[in-house]
Amino acid sequence: MEFIDYYKILEIDKKATDDAVKKAYRKLARKYHPDLNPENKEAEKKFKEINEANEVLSNAENRKKYDKYGKDWKNAEQYERAGQQQYGGGNRGQQANGGGGSENDFTDFFESMFGGGARSRGGGQVKYKGQDYQTELHLDLKDVYTTHQRTLTVNGRNIRLTIPAGVKNGQVIKIKGYGGEGVNGGPKGDLDIKFSLANHTAFKRDEENLYSTVDLDLYTAILGGEITVDTFDGKVKLKVSPGTQNGTKVKLKGKGFPVYKKEGVFGDLYITYQITIPTVLSEKEKELFMELQKLRTP
Amino acid sequence: MNTENFISLNTLSSHYQVDISFFNTLVEMGLIEVEVLDQSFYIQQDKITVVEKMIRLHHELEVNVEGIDVVFNLLERIQDLQNELMITKNRLRLYES
Repeated sequence: MEFIDYYKILEIDKKATDDAVKKAYRKLARKYHPDLNPENKEAEKKFKEINEANEVLSNAENRKKYDKYGKDWKNAEQYERAGQQQYGGGNRGQQANGGGGSENDFTDFFESMFGGGARSRGGGQVKYKGQDYQTELHLDLKDVYTTHQRTLTVNGRNIRLTIPAGVKNGQVIKIKGYGGEGVNGGPKGDLDIKFSLANHTAFKRDEENLYSTVDLDLYTAILGGEITVDTFDGKVKLKVSPGTQNGTKVKLKGKGFPVYKKEGVFGDLYITYQITIPTVLSEKEKELFMELQKLRTP
Repeated sequence: MNTENFISLNTLSSHYQVDISFFNTLVEMGLIEVEVLDQSFYIQQDKITVVEKMIRLHHELEVNVEGIDVVFNLLERIQDLQNELMITKNRLRLYES
């Protein structure tokens, strides 16, 4: 087990008094408590560390052992016994075997945290809800266009989920009872799934509305006509009015993205026309454009 | 009232080893909603998580009930801001090529 400097974690000096330890712990606990830092893994880790540091340094006996033996303080008694045997002719092999205990880590402390708090309030078996787990699910925008089922593996456990159409990027869905085990028989924690959606389509999404840009040839823009455009779920024919300007926006009602948890309700698709001007003209075309220009010039 | 989905404050008090006055103050401050039956106060089961959080703040961080009120209001504002940030970030993607 790697050496953990509890004094450093609590940001105190090795000569700190018991009161200073208590004060430092409370200050840091208020800063990093998981209830005050939801979904903040860094704060959660830090909180585990300061709890462990406090459990050791706030207990005079543990602190003494820690100061003397460092990372192996939990095996202090074994060391001391071995030391006595050594002085009395005991073998050194036993001492070597005694070291290196690593059965406890931050997780153990965290799991006992709420229970530990309960013990300090009178030694009873208080039930607490288990730890909430957080996970991120990476999907494609196309995946969440329809409601579908998916199996996730979280901490070795398979969870079959129904993912409703219209889930948003960054949205968090809570699955009750799929978190950590409760303390002292308390209920299980929850599983928070954060959706991370990648968009590889030609559409941009804002909530339930979609946006796209469609190239429109000069002649259709001037004379009007009919074009075929892509929507998220297929192609549609669209009438173009004569004299359509560059940047004109057209709304296709109900052709946007599904509205979350509103079955059959869709947003709109906004199409922006981008008129394409021919860059290379034949002699004949040039001649005809000049003729048109003359007609327009008084 | 059917008490199937409710837990009495007395049960909570003994279960969590927290003085009943703590829950009464939470009720007085409007931090938890209760139903009354036969002169006993009951809380909805699905609100237990919130109550547990209040107990933790009170015992582990020594936050008083007024402080809990402030913390919950601020956490709610953080949640609102995070939602707003998520929407804004997603909207920003509209303008990114």
